[in-house]
Amino acid sequence: MSSPREVRIEQVAREDLVMFVNACFSCTGQREFYGDARGQTVSIEFLHQYILGNYRRLYRRTLAAGINHFNQAQIVLNLLAAGSPSDAAERGEEGALIAAALRGLPTQRAFRVLESLRARRINNRRARAVARDYVAGRGNLPFDAVKYRSKLRATVAHGHLKLPGELGAFLFHGWKKRGFTEPLLESFRKAHFSQEALYALPFTVAEGLAARHGVARDVFLRRIEPRLTQAERLRLQESAAREGGVEPPVDLERAPLTKLALYVLSLDLETRRARRVELHTALERSAARVLARAPSSLGRVAVVLDNSYSASGSLQKRRRPLAVALAAHYLLEGAAREFRAFWTSPVEAPLLATARGQSDLATPLLEALSWGAELVVIVSDGYDNDPPGAVAELTRVFRAKLDPGRRTALVHVNPVFDAEEYAPRSFGLAVPTVGVRDAEDLPTVLGFARFAEGTASLGELEQYLAARVTPWLERDARLRTRGESQAPTSPAEEVES
Amino acid sequence: MKDARLIQKLEPRGLRLAPSQVWGRLRLVPVLRDVVRDDLRLSRRGYGDAVSVVTLEGELKGRGLRYVTYIPHGLVVDWSPRQADATYGTRLHVQDGKKVKAGPLAVRLLHRMVRREDKHQLRMLPLHLAMEGFLALHFGGPELAWAEYSREALSRGLSPRSEQAYPGWSEPLLDGALRTFELHERQVGLLLFNADELLSAFVVPHPEDYRALHRTLLEDFYGELLLQFGFLSEAPALGLTLDDARVRSLEDLGTEVSRMRADWADFHAFMAGGLFGVDVTSREVYEAGPFLLQRFHTRLVPSEENHLGEAIVGPEGTLEYLKTLRLSAAQTRRAYLLQQLAEADWALDEAAEVMRTTRADLLVRLENAGFGYLVKPHVLEEARRAVGKSR
Repeated sequence: MSSPREVRIEQVAREDLVMFVNACFSCTGQREFYGDARGQTVSIEFLHQYILGNYRRLYRRTLAAGINHFNQAQIVLNLLAAGSPSDAAERGEEGALIAAALRGLPTQRAFRVLESLRARRINNRRARAVARDYVAGRGNLPFDAVKYRSKLRATVAHGHLKLPGELGAFLFHGWKKRGFTEPLLESFRKAHFSQEALYALPFTVAEGLAARHGVARDVFLRRIEPRLTQAERLRLQESAAREGGVEPPVDLERAPLTKLALYVLSLDLETRRARRVELHTALERSAARVLARAPSSLGRVAVVLDNSYSASGSLQKRRRPLAVALAAHYLLEGAAREFRAFWTSPVEAPLLATARGQSDLATPLLEALSWGAELVVIVSDGYDNDPPGAVAELTRVFRAKLDPGRRTALVHVNPVFDAEEYAPRSFGLAVPTVGVRDAEDLPTVLGFARFAEGTASLGELEQYLAARVTPWLERDARLRTRGESQAPTSPAEEVES
Repeated sequence: MKDARLIQKLEPRGLRLAPSQVWGRLRLVPVLRDVVRDDLRLSRRGYGDAVSVVTLEGELKGRGLRYVTYIPHGLVVDWSPRQADATYGTRLHVQDGKKVKAGPLAVRLLHRMVRREDKHQLRMLPLHLAMEGFLALHFGGPELAWAEYSREALSRGLSPRSEQAYPGWSEPLLDGALRTFELHERQVGLLLFNADELLSAFVVPHPEDYRALHRTLLEDFYGELLLQFGFLSEAPALGLTLDDARVRSLEDLGTEVSRMRADWADFHAFMAGGLFGVDVTSREVYEAGPFLLQRFHTRLVPSEENHLGEAIVGPEGTLEYLKTLRLSAAQTRRAYLLQQLAEADWALDEAAEVMRTTRADLLVRLENAGFGYLVKPHVLEEARRAVGKSR
């Protein structure tokens, strides 16, 4: 029998951790519709320091919980800054987690972490070893040396690393000094003097040089097209059509679900209407691919989707809440046996959703409940203003009077982090709230919802995190062995995020 | 006979209120309209000059009464009987007034507060119209040449008369409040509360007009109240709850939510009780087809909250356009003193008797209110001494 004091301690620890993991699902330190970037950064930094100082083991294990890239990078940095633990087993686990997290991050984010080591003056033995191993594990270093030149240079200089072949000379003795035998490095040198060499370079590097040569944008875009990555293709659709007349062909069905949803929502309504079938199938296929990776089968599911004006996000996260809602629509539709969606202001088709109007979540929620759903997922930023606080009240009374047996499960998925509460804003105590950044993470996030509800104990939460660590590390090891057998050679295979 | 469209008592006929949205200490209450008429539209005309001079009488550049202020935009009222959408936005850039260079500044000369530009089109300067009416209250000064009044007051009246107001952007919160405000589909207006005191009301005829004019609220001017209560960081959350006892089924739950919505509307109507439902004094400004443009002010009693504003009332008595300004206590006091004096034919003794005070006290109050220039210096001096002695 534990004393009330211990019970309270356990409760505080559980709440802290749930808050932290939730924040790590959604926050990216960027501006939101209601909150500014400064507040978001301060808030999330505080949370990281607080959890690192108090619950270090759980802090590192959060890396495997399926949190977003921004927070993975933050955790790696903070762990490296804190020095390694004295216990050998802990040290081993932490080292493996850090290395796996770095390898799992998109390249530019991983290099950004290594570059920040310099800015934050972190240069312990472990940090150097981590940098060394990461660089050594890269499949195509000359490519990295060109595309992430300053970042790689900072990493190498800061960690006193040795680079193979001509790379050291390329990065540190000036690319102008000599010719290179490595074709990519040689093209980089040549591209400063000849336009032809431009088109052998990665897009982001070639873009600046092309501007220096005064190459017309449309000519440049047409000729660089084979070198574009998937993400770049998607990103360039609109601006290329505006400036060059031809947009680079993109395989919409290969695009990640939330990215695709963001792209769809960036189109104007007429275009969306005209390409309705194409976009619809692309979204469906993309959702199916997510579900193939993380199979989940649900029963009778209703989603309440918020397309009020605040779903338009901010300048930094344009329409992200709405895109998450749209992506969640397709994902849950694919996973559910029976499915219905209820928007705050009804839309003709989910594809044609726009962020407009007030947040009246009570009406669609009531409709969803009377439809008789087994699971109701609310995707919203947590602000309901018509009438304010209606969802909290409605769910409270629903739980107390109409459904004390919990036949209907309610989950609130929130893509927006509220800096002042250090958590995604919630709808009261009757609905567990979980954060999310990409709708692809929904299966993970829904699994986490029982902790947000407060019914599971700290022990269970620890088990949950621990249980995720091993498969995560195994997956990383699998990817690594596969990666070694076939190193990425063309830039088009680079995955960006 | 009096026009029935002239407002006696401001009533939000045809309008209803939706639950508020709060940003810091500002509370924004959406005003919705269920029946929208198509034959009256408003649009914005931007000016962007440093100073505008409005000629109230005489020619544009001739001598006469002027109203000088900063005017960021005007409103164009269009009441074409045909579908107004067709002309909406097409005549925004006609020449309006005259631009003059005055040193580094651009000054715009405008002809009249309200000016007919076309058969069915009117240009007006929002809220300045009401403000001008307020400034012109008893502007002529003493009608009888009582010995106490200065020569200036007798010959030129209250001129120059000035009042202070504050542009919306002087309160940074307002920008955030308007940016994050979620417009309703049928919204035609907004009640703006600061620290739950009614600051301003704005209503237009058509939801699309409101959508276009929403951000202009930042450029409009407000009473002193806009800048008060700065230490209050948040307007308190009004937590309305559902009654558990009345819920037995999902339908009951739905009913309870609608009741909650209605409660919000009632409560906001109660909060705006200082403007809606009180007696107002209104004067016709312009008759635009079936619509009547007018300006009004509330009773101007210092102990109550006072608003002045302008309105357009439709043929069935519906409120089509409304814009109000909350007067500060000092502004109310000034208007009240002038009103009392005018009612007593500017006779100081009589006015003092009506106000149940002494003549000396009234004179001191006049001076404190900023009207010292109306009275001869030695009369004031005497009054000050008398008041000082009695204390």
